[in-house]
Amino acid sequence: MFGFSRPQWIAFLVMVALIVVSPFVLYPVFLMRVLCAALFACAFNLMLGYVGLLSFGHAAFFGMGSYVTAWTMKFWHLDAFFAMALGGLTGAALGLVLGYLAIRRSGIYFAMITLALAQMVYFFCLEAPFTGGEDGIQQVPRGHLFGFIDLSNDMTMYWVVAAVFLGGFLMIHRIIHSPFGQVLKGIRENEPRATSLGYRTDDYKLIAFVLSCGLSGLAGGTKALVFGIATLTDVHYSTSGEVVLTTLLGGLGTVFGPAMGALIVMSMENYLAQAGAWVTVIQGGIFMLCVLAFRRGVIGEIANWRKLTL
Amino acid sequence: MIMIFGIPGPLLFGQLLLGLINGAFYAMLSLGLAVIFGMLNIINFAHGALFMMGAFVAWILLDALGIGYFPSLILAPLIVGAFGVVLERTIISRLYKLDHLYGLLLTFGLSLVIEGLFRNAYGSSGLPYRIPDILQGATNLGFMYMPNYRGWVVLAALVVCFSTWAIIEKTSLGATLRAATENAPLVQAFGVNVPRVVTLTYGAGVALAAFAGVLAAPIYSVNPNMGSNFINTVFAVVVIGGMGSILGSIVTGFGLGVIEGLTKVFYPQASATVVFLVMIIVLLARPRGLFGKAA
Amino acid sequence: MTLSRRSILTAAAASALTVPALPRLAHAQSAAIKIGVLNDQSGPYTNTGGATSVICAKQAVQEFATAQGLSVEVISADHQNKPDLAVSIVRQWFDRDGVDMLLDVPTSSVALAVQSVVREKNKVYLNSGAASSALTGEQCSPNFIHWTYDTFMLAKSTGGAMVKAGGTSWYFLTADYAFGKQLQSDTSDLVKAAGGTVAGASQYPFPGTTDFSSFLVQAQASKAKVIGLANAGGDTVNSIKQINEFGINKTMKVAALLMFVTDVHALGLDVAAGLNLTESFYWDLNDKTRAFTNRVKDKTPKNWPNMVHAGCYSATLHYLKTVHDMGAAEAKKDGVATISRMKAMPVEDDCFGKTTIREDGRNLTPAYLFEVKKPSESKGPWDYFKQVVHTPGEAAYRPLADGHCSLVKA
Repeated sequence: MFGFSRPQWIAFLVMVALIVVSPFVLYPVFLMRVLCAALFACAFNLMLGYVGLLSFGHAAFFGMGSYVTAWTMKFWHLDAFFAMALGGLTGAALGLVLGYLAIRRSGIYFAMITLALAQMVYFFCLEAPFTGGEDGIQQVPRGHLFGFIDLSNDMTMYWVVAAVFLGGFLMIHRIIHSPFGQVLKGIRENEPRATSLGYRTDDYKLIAFVLSCGLSGLAGGTKALVFGIATLTDVHYSTSGEVVLTTLLGGLGTVFGPAMGALIVMSMENYLAQAGAWVTVIQGGIFMLCVLAFRRGVIGEIANWRKLTL
Repeated sequence: MIMIFGIPGPLLFGQLLLGLINGAFYAMLSLGLAVIFGMLNIINFAHGALFMMGAFVAWILLDALGIGYFPSLILAPLIVGAFGVVLERTIISRLYKLDHLYGLLLTFGLSLVIEGLFRNAYGSSGLPYRIPDILQGATNLGFMYMPNYRGWVVLAALVVCFSTWAIIEKTSLGATLRAATENAPLVQAFGVNVPRVVTLTYGAGVALAAFAGVLAAPIYSVNPNMGSNFINTVFAVVVIGGMGSILGSIVTGFGLGVIEGLTKVFYPQASATVVFLVMIIVLLARPRGLFGKAA
Repeated sequence: MTLSRRSILTAAAASALTVPALPRLAHAQSAAIKIGVLNDQSGPYTNTGGATSVICAKQAVQEFATAQGLSVEVISADHQNKPDLAVSIVRQWFDRDGVDMLLDVPTSSVALAVQSVVREKNKVYLNSGAASSALTGEQCSPNFIHWTYDTFMLAKSTGGAMVKAGGTSWYFLTADYAFGKQLQSDTSDLVKAAGGTVAGASQYPFPGTTDFSSFLVQAQASKAKVIGLANAGGDTVNSIKQINEFGINKTMKVAALLMFVTDVHALGLDVAAGLNLTESFYWDLNDKTRAFTNRVKDKTPKNWPNMVHAGCYSATLHYLKTVHDMGAAEAKKDGVATISRMKAMPVEDDCFGKTTIREDGRNLTPAYLFEVKKPSESKGPWDYFKQVVHTPGEAAYRPLADGHCSLVKA
């Protein structure tokens, strides 16, 4: 029903099983971090993997979603559902504005203009009074979902985050396999031909960009809710860089790659924190290894080896 | 006293001059990037780390061997350039046929490794490096008090930038380089060892970064993060100037230094962001940058 | 009420899930007390905190706990100056790894971010590295002690001495973020209260600014008598280098409002000579500080302890004494009780001598105003400071009533 092939169904069921089992084995707060990063990477992969445009400014959407959710939870005491939805909508709205400016560029120029626009957003967040500057918006309550589900318990929160991730994941998959998604792939492979077939390619790309940004905003908002904090890190360009790395490590243009990449990158960040000064050396080494030895990413290499589409 | 935009004239001239000095660093760094991008089609994210290595090598030469500033100005670029040659041969040469993205990612990883190793070895507080005695002191220019060393930086940067430009645009060696970028197999057929030319180009680009690093050592703290502070602005300079354009990166480097300097007077908080504003405007108006070739 | 229910639930969940929780947790339970040092180990503040903080905490464990037969484990992590990463590490430390006490945590934004987690989990939080005086003001907490220094104390010691010496008009060079702004405002208040004026300020982008020349020329044009550096770490080092280069130190006095001995080491004495700065500890203050430094310096030969490191030692030592006094089981159970016991017990160690801890969580360390020696006066490695003014702890900090801490009964 979602356009999964048989191996993809199996992979999907494995992923769902892991999501269900893992909080009983691993620390749920860490897993929520992974799921938020995974949703962010999946949203990013929609642009890079299926439209072929590298955005170097996705932190702007993730971060603004995070700020808006945190702000509305803390000061308007909204229901968690509406706060997260507003985070997503903010991402989408910002995506529409910035995408409108950037979408006519391609390749490295698209990457650079999105980077520059995101730097503007970063500067806005740094100077605007409502973001709390360097301190960010702290002590955000998790509140209630639909008025009666108390999210302050980590396990309850976990199931909500898992549902948000799976919802976003299936939505992206549905988009890719819709006629709209087929047109996007057509544009990626040969844009002049798509134009000559009568498609307004810029409109298609812009819609995909807005969807990607909206889901990024949702991921940011969810993260703000989990940790009760929205900070400048979320809008910083290093977050934009991290999502590129996540997607590449997992497998660019694969369905499951971004989620796998998020698991790897977050585990590195989490467990390497104990390695002190060697963190950046190990991280850098892994990125180099990835480019030199397994360029398709973890899932991409597995798929290539087993001759599957994952 | 003349007032310009509510700022005393002399102060404004001083700020323009200081902007130009900063621009000298942008120009040298973006020049190296542009050379590497033009010839190798690699976006060398490790450029900042190699700039930092230049400063550190100068410090090590002084600390361990007692070699002073001026010899270091030649030696450090040679040493770091040789390191660049090794990098190109062992790692970077594997990426030429791939998308830009992979080059960017690899060199990003490389810069993390290099900076991390230096941080482990030397800490992050930075190390002292003295201005050479002959360049100590300052000159009163009437409108401001100008340190002699900064004057030397601008002079050295101008000489280096325009000799690089002249070599590439006006000599037969430069003609070979440019031809190799356009059509490598053909140039190879003429008996030119293209891979070696490419390797040496990378080495030269890296040496330029290291040269800038040595120039920076006495005024900025010699520390492992010194390159990453520059790298974003320098990327913006290359894009605004037009990817791979030599003249574009030189002119834009100096120009942006001036624009940044003026921002520091009127709205200092935005001085790191103004570069990106310029970049948006330029890319919207001229997608290939100010000096870039049309697609 | 909700707090206790939550902790019971977490405890229940944790105990139900110990099966796969692997050797790490088992290991954690073998030590009676676990200390987590969280600081910057790869960024700009590596030398002011970093590995030396961990070494100093371990030194305290070795000296006290081993002798008393108390089993203590010290773990550490790099927060990369990111508040969200810090919150995630700290939650995991408390929920999974059984950490009882959180130590160091430089960078004001990170220090504030973890404050609420410690309170929620009712643990002990001893901060040595962060500067913001808000930590014992409006953001104060019953689970928290600010050990070593703060922005108010720096402003009062360095700023106060400068005004007294005739530096009545100021221009600030300020890192444009929470810490820099706080330091600027604390110092401005003090300068104005002493009858001085503030001629202006340049707030520059942080991080990422390396060239300060433009701001320095503006400072000079303001005709102020003092240039106040409301920044830290590499930025301070860079701005002082450039102040020398432009000869600004010939016409203006330089107040490095937050500077450590490790920064002076980075600058070199020929550039740093004559600067005034404030620390609450210096290795060469007296026999006891020298003895302490002799015990740790071989473990960190390139980075001798500054006040933040000494604070990590002193805080750990006092914490362990308290734990020994009240029993490890009691101390693990209740962070608030441990903190109030720590406040009640007299503090004494080699680094700061005798100090007291105020009800708002402020440890009243002495403030020493130092002048950096000329190269000719320095007789050995790390011989950098001469003492100018000594302000006892009771007079060094913001008066209790002015902080608006909710723990202080009016």
